[in-house]
Amino acid sequence: MPLIRAFMAIIRRDLLLAFRRRAEMANPLFFFVLVVTLFPLAIGAQPNLLQAMAPGVIWVSALLATLLSLDSLFRSDFEDGSLEQMLLSPHALSVLVLGKIVAHWLVSGLPLLLVAPLLALFLGLPEQAMGTLWLTLILATPLLSLIGAIGVALTVGLRRGGMLLSLLVLPLYVPVLIFASGAVDRAAGGLPVGAQLNILLAMLLAALVLAPLPTSIALKMSVN
Amino acid sequence: MSWIPAPVSRFFHRTSSPPHFYALADRFIPWLTAVFLLLLGAGLYGGLYLAPTDYQQGDSYRIIYIHVPAAWMSLFVYVMMAIMGGIALVWRMKLAEVMLISSAPIGAGFTFVALVTGSLWGKPMWGTWWVWDARLTSELILLFLYLGVISLYGAIEDKRSAARAVSILALVGVVNIPIIHYSVEWWNTLHQPATVSKLDKPSIHITMLVPLLLMAIAFKFYYLIAVLQAAKLELLKRETSSQWVKNMLEKQA
Repeated sequence: MPLIRAFMAIIRRDLLLAFRRRAEMANPLFFFVLVVTLFPLAIGAQPNLLQAMAPGVIWVSALLATLLSLDSLFRSDFEDGSLEQMLLSPHALSVLVLGKIVAHWLVSGLPLLLVAPLLALFLGLPEQAMGTLWLTLILATPLLSLIGAIGVALTVGLRRGGMLLSLLVLPLYVPVLIFASGAVDRAAGGLPVGAQLNILLAMLLAALVLAPLPTSIALKMSVN
Repeated sequence: MSWIPAPVSRFFHRTSSPPHFYALADRFIPWLTAVFLLLLGAGLYGGLYLAPTDYQQGDSYRIIYIHVPAAWMSLFVYVMMAIMGGIALVWRMKLAEVMLISSAPIGAGFTFVALVTGSLWGKPMWGTWWVWDARLTSELILLFLYLGVISLYGAIEDKRSAARAVSILALVGVVNIPIIHYSVEWWNTLHQPATVSKLDKPSIHITMLVPLLLMAIAFKFYYLIAVLQAAKLELLKRETSSQWVKNMLEKQA
């Protein structure tokens, strides 16, 4: 089986598995909406304050929702042994891993793309920033899945890896958070955002090439 | 590996064997300590006594002699860990794993010192202990990177695979280092821009600069001493049942 077909097969399999567990699939999305909702309750419903905080609130919530969904990336495959089969397969593990990451993004990152503009509207984000918010989400949510995969691969063999995962992954998310929420913030103020978007694009391309490799090394180590 | 001259590769093979390294570290530590104390004494004397009072910040700028070397070391140690991690992953060298793990708490310590002294310096200068400025926040993130390395190593039972996991994490985390290093230049925030730059003429008077550089070298020596001590302990823990440890203990008894 050529590599590209193996890659597609992994994506199709993971998507099928996700659709069989639709309720589980929706959980990160609900979590995202809930966290965003908590901010106006905690801070007080002052429109100006919320408007100023909207980019940060949305991005931090997206980060946490991704973090929550990461655990499912390799956990069930690790438990039922299909991860071992993937390691034994003749195809390059990093390509298969990339397939799993793509599937994870389609299930957990893409829905955020649809809900985030609505929430941003409720928070009072100016309309001229909506396009930028979308662009940052398109560029940066795959980045979150790619970086997160490294952390999951490192902790998948541990019984209680959840808390450790956030300690490992969140510091690595910081640059993404800075540039993504910075871009939305600047767009809301009517400033150019080309530099931030270019940096995000560069980070995404670099992560697409580089992240699957440490992920597959870490998986080999975790399965042993 | 024919491109490496034979004496050099022989030196590395010998040094990377645990008993040889242990003996070598034992021999070097007193000398390193002597050099460290000399540099520390000269640096502190120059910095706290000889250097003039700053026209703007008065005497409180003198904390720079602890703060800046510690901040440099916090970055330096992480880069060293990443290099050790690369060596450990490629050549499976036990010694590189040991050095990587022994460096992590030391680097975390330097980061902590840099944060605390920065905060102590910030209070009289900026009127606040803490601001969410780019340099401070990224230094805090660096501390979390160190803590992540330490706790990942602690969480995995088998120490060989724990060391491999930690090597991967150290290598991945190193992408954050340039961001931390350039944060002062990229974001124009409260933190003063870098005082000492490599290419330009430094913006600091020579009588203040020399003790600062002495302190920086002294801190490097301190790191060497601390990492060798920690590595010795880690080697003993890992190789409790091996013959060279038994021989050594018998000799001491």
